[in-house]
Amino acid sequence: MAHTRVHRSRQDLVIDSVIGILSVAILIASAYPLYFVLIASFSDPTLIATGQVTFFPKGITTSAYEYILKEKNIWLGYRNTIIYTIASTLFGLAVTIPGGYALSRKDFIGRGILMKLLTFTMFFNGGLIPTYIMVSKMHMLNTRFILIVLGCITVFNVIVARTFFTGNIPDELLEAASIDGCGNTRFFFSIVLPLSKTIIAVIGLYIAVWQWNSYFNALIYVTNRELLPLQLVMRDLLIQGQSLASSEDMDAASVKYLMEIAQLIKYGVIVVSTLPIICVYPFAQKYFVKGVMIGSVKG
Amino acid sequence: MNTSVGTAAAASASKAGFLKGRTWKKIWQNRALYVFALPMTLYFIIFNIVPLYGLQIAFKDFKPSKGIIGSPWAGFKYIEKFLTSFSFWDLLRNTMVLSIYCLLLTFPFAILLALIVNYTPFNSLKKLTQTVSYAPHFISMVVLVGMMNVFLMPGSGTVNIWLGKLGIEAIDFMGSPNMFPHVYAWSRVWSHTGYNAILYIAALTSVGPELHEAAIVDGANKLQRIWNIDIPAILPTAVIMLIMESGNLLNVGFEKAFLMQSPGNLTTSEIISTYVYKVGLLNTQYSYAAAIGLFNNVINCAILLIVNKIAKKTTETSLW
Repeated sequence: MAHTRVHRSRQDLVIDSVIGILSVAILIASAYPLYFVLIASFSDPTLIATGQVTFFPKGITTSAYEYILKEKNIWLGYRNTIIYTIASTLFGLAVTIPGGYALSRKDFIGRGILMKLLTFTMFFNGGLIPTYIMVSKMHMLNTRFILIVLGCITVFNVIVARTFFTGNIPDELLEAASIDGCGNTRFFFSIVLPLSKTIIAVIGLYIAVWQWNSYFNALIYVTNRELLPLQLVMRDLLIQGQSLASSEDMDAASVKYLMEIAQLIKYGVIVVSTLPIICVYPFAQKYFVKGVMIGSVKG
Repeated sequence: MNTSVGTAAAASASKAGFLKGRTWKKIWQNRALYVFALPMTLYFIIFNIVPLYGLQIAFKDFKPSKGIIGSPWAGFKYIEKFLTSFSFWDLLRNTMVLSIYCLLLTFPFAILLALIVNYTPFNSLKKLTQTVSYAPHFISMVVLVGMMNVFLMPGSGTVNIWLGKLGIEAIDFMGSPNMFPHVYAWSRVWSHTGYNAILYIAALTSVGPELHEAAIVDGANKLQRIWNIDIPAILPTAVIMLIMESGNLLNVGFEKAFLMQSPGNLTTSEIISTYVYKVGLLNTQYSYAAAIGLFNNVINCAILLIVNKIAKKTTETSLW
């Protein structure tokens, strides 16, 4: 008996070490590509091209960032994205939170029909073309409004909010408040909302990250370059390999210089655009996990 | 107490098919709730229900100048055109290959990752691994594909430089039609496995410790415990995830495939959603594109219903 127990624990030790190693491997596999982009953006492009940059930046240069600082399109895109992200988040929260709350109330007559409507739209929709025709009929093509509004309210978010309220605002609270003569409006604003910081953070972050990263709506509904969000500006630079600057007033030397640092600029652009997300991530990640957990409860 | 009595009365009243005075009173009492729900309801009606009306152009010869109502009916002309067009089977195959490949690949990886994280020794390492593993989920598609471009480029991409050092010839990952599904699916493993694992990790932590203790007393080692306790514990979660994912079999994300497309890899990278975009918005064949979109949506719904039914019969786990 004692013998088998020692045997077992040795087996477990082996399994533990294998799992530990795998865990570290996952850690590296997830983080290293991002880390590499960061150090590459500061490194000499010829050293990157020969595979000499691995763990630390080599031949340190900031020429990518100097170039990016002067590139007007990037900052215009940045400004647009900030506007869209803030506006979308506020608008989305203002609609989703009260809507989710109403749906969580058992004495809300009509909530069954409303839930059926929402579930239906989750699985069946008009699709790209009918939506495009409608948006164009409403004269919302090429407006900031459509980019802010379209997609910032999702059935998933509403259901997450509803599930949160169902589980966290007990019926007794409402009863006690209504006995004290507190109406629905006051109850929502002075009792429910202060108890709902978590769900406001969860949904706000969902919308903000979605809007910061999205390019689809802008691709479809906007052609005016003044309105393009950062992601579409980056698509031109990163993926379509568009020439980086207007070539009118460039001499041969600066063209050659640009070609040399073109790769470097790509790394730099990735860093500049992703930095806000990475900075917020350590503080925000627990809310994303909470959102997934709340969303998984069958509503 | 009052509220619950009111609710029961309201429910029975509306079930009986006529609204009593009490129901109206209830609605009036809760009028604030209707105000709360109004913006949300309007939003979904405007952006999700109204476009359904426009879906009729799939059965019409839509001309923007004539409007949706003024355009003449065309019956199933466009659906037929799509089903008989030479690109139909290519599109269907490309779309199915990508989605099934991704599903089969990401599904076991997420469970594997969850098990590894759950059994990682040292709590700090465990937490770090989990937190970092789902970070890539929050990177934008443009950045992800941009990173793939700079890493996988044949000439100066880092991956090919290392392959070169190992004596392997450079591979045109991003430009070749053969590589496209692999690059598409494996990059998804990198970006989504951690996020998909969150639910499994939660399911694993909710397994009662007494089960494991009993198994240890019986002399089970870790692998046996994983196989006999943990896997059954996450099975219901896995089934739900599988149903949800399979409902999207033909909904392969436009965003990534579109960004990864190049003239060289179109034979495998053109999927239904990117095709709808090109036919509809770039070539302005609105009716044809709407018909393709409708076809896609109907098939998706059908798959979801079928898979849900099968899951209900075999595992007693279902969406509804």
